[in-house]
Amino acid sequence: MIRRFLAVLKARNLEFLRDRAALGWNIALPVLIVIGMWFIFSGGDKPLFKVAVLDGGVPIASIDNAFLKTRYVDFYPVTDQEQTESKVAHNQIDMLLDLREPKAPRYWVNETSPRGYVLEKILAGETDARYIRATVSGRAINYVDWLIPGVLGMNMMFSCLFGVGYVIVRYRKNGFLKRLNATPLKAFEFIAAQVTSRLLLIMSVTLLVFLGTQLLIHFYMAGSYLLLLLVAVLGAASMISLGLLVAARVASEEFAGGLLNLATWPMMFLSGVWFSLEGAPAWIQDAAKAFPLTQMLVGARKVMLDGAGLADLWPQLLSLGSMTVLFLALGSFGFKWKND
Amino acid sequence: MPAILEAHRLVKRYPGVIAVDGVSFAVQAGECFGLLGPNGAGKTTTVEMMEGINEPSAGEVHYRGKPVDAGFRQEVGIQFQSTALQDFLTVRETLQLFRSFYSRGLEVDELTELCTLGEYLDRDARKLSGGQRQRLLLALALVNDPKVLFLDEPTTGLDPQARRNFWDLIRAIKARHKTVILTTHYMEEAFLLCDRIAIMDHGHIIAEGSPSSLLAKHFHDVILQIPKEDFRTDPAVLGLTVLDAGEMLEISTDDVDGTVQKLLQQKVSLAHLQIRARTLEDLFLELTGKELRA
Repeated sequence: MIRRFLAVLKARNLEFLRDRAALGWNIALPVLIVIGMWFIFSGGDKPLFKVAVLDGGVPIASIDNAFLKTRYVDFYPVTDQEQTESKVAHNQIDMLLDLREPKAPRYWVNETSPRGYVLEKILAGETDARYIRATVSGRAINYVDWLIPGVLGMNMMFSCLFGVGYVIVRYRKNGFLKRLNATPLKAFEFIAAQVTSRLLLIMSVTLLVFLGTQLLIHFYMAGSYLLLLLVAVLGAASMISLGLLVAARVASEEFAGGLLNLATWPMMFLSGVWFSLEGAPAWIQDAAKAFPLTQMLVGARKVMLDGAGLADLWPQLLSLGSMTVLFLALGSFGFKWKND
Repeated sequence: MPAILEAHRLVKRYPGVIAVDGVSFAVQAGECFGLLGPNGAGKTTTVEMMEGINEPSAGEVHYRGKPVDAGFRQEVGIQFQSTALQDFLTVRETLQLFRSFYSRGLEVDELTELCTLGEYLDRDARKLSGGQRQRLLLALALVNDPKVLFLDEPTTGLDPQARRNFWDLIRAIKARHKTVILTTHYMEEAFLLCDRIAIMDHGHIIAEGSPSSLLAKHFHDVILQIPKEDFRTDPAVLGLTVLDAGEMLEISTDDVDGTVQKLLQQKVSLAHLQIRARTLEDLFLELTGKELRA
């Protein structure tokens, strides 16, 4: 059994490495992603200031405060003081202003943040009121730090689903699977070899992009590289298995393409690749939890941004592991060799 | 001698069509058994049910007297009518891949020699010519040193030279005491290679036996072929069985002497006369009333 598995694995790896176009694309795309991200984010964030205001329910526009009229500053209301403080600490917000007590207004800044410093100077120049100053500290987490796991994860998702799905549908359509079926090779051996081959490829490519991006952009990495690797491997395994499940019975490349698009597009928008779903309706957030990409990105960000340990990660690891087993089992069980 | 492989009333139904309708036959160990028939007769469906690739709607296949089981696949070799191979692999790597699926079999060197693949071993399998490719597919079918070899129209689409080369290979395999089950729509191929044949049409077997015994049973005549232009009178006046075969007229007779006398009396030139024996092609026409390749 191991011998048959290894033979198919080797053959598939050779096929991939010799397919110059596919190999070239798999290397070129991540390089383009890295260059693109470097181009977009190396110039620093745009000079827009963000100030969160604890307004106690009074509309900001109606508050008589000269500072709130400052141009190029985005003032917006918040209610949760503790959560917003932490955002100031990570530089996701430049300042938190508390106007709930008109007699004793307060503000929070991060002392290492240049924009917090500028806002503090403006505040001092615009108003006579005596503000109570508080500082929070923490390493700045920029949008780019948050986005990088998303983009890497999205690239993995496309490679996992399309890479393995199309290959199997093509093998089925041209009769190669039928020929294999005439040998003692079992569906599970064949499928396991396809998953392993793709996993090796995706992990190598993703590692290269990760290191390249880190070299160019120096994004934030708080936690353990080993844990991040674990999350990525389980995430890739679950998405490859999903690709296999989609391709388990289909013999038309067009139909498979449609199904794969149906699986990838919702994940691309609802798994928190580009923006956080915090403000979305609860049912969307719940539905998105069923996507392997969501679970992988939540896990990756926990490690990279919060420095989470194994104890904090088990819900993600467990769900990714179960999805892998479930998809693989369904895919092997429903696997069709023939196109009839 | 007991049969090595038997089909018992095999039936295959697809929605709206019965592809195979109650086919039974027995294949003896070491013989080459041919299934003949036009496209769509049900040959491929029948052999795929024998191979275990296609589940019969009814009926059974027995191997060595018992219903086929999981071990059957280790003992048979299959060459499908059309098979794609994995892209970007050389001939050698393809052979090694398939060899690894079986616990026992022939080594790559032996297969290479048997199927004369030596020159192409390191070539990408997609870059082989039609004949080379069929030889590789045959080598893959032999990779487990099977007891029974299924060949589904192995020479369709090959040029005459490549077809003859392939026949030589099949004869070499027969010499190794393999049982061969061959489907074809080339009568000449069946006549040259098969010990026994079954002729199929519309999902039924319409005749079965050795090629020569089938011909002897159905025909007692020979065919005299004469170009039309050599006739000066209407051939109908001869009182003979005359068939129109393009530029030639074919006269069927079991009395060559008498027929030739008649022709000479009518001043028909015999300068271009050819005499041929009845072929399986004629037999098919006789049995079904239609041309085999139509």
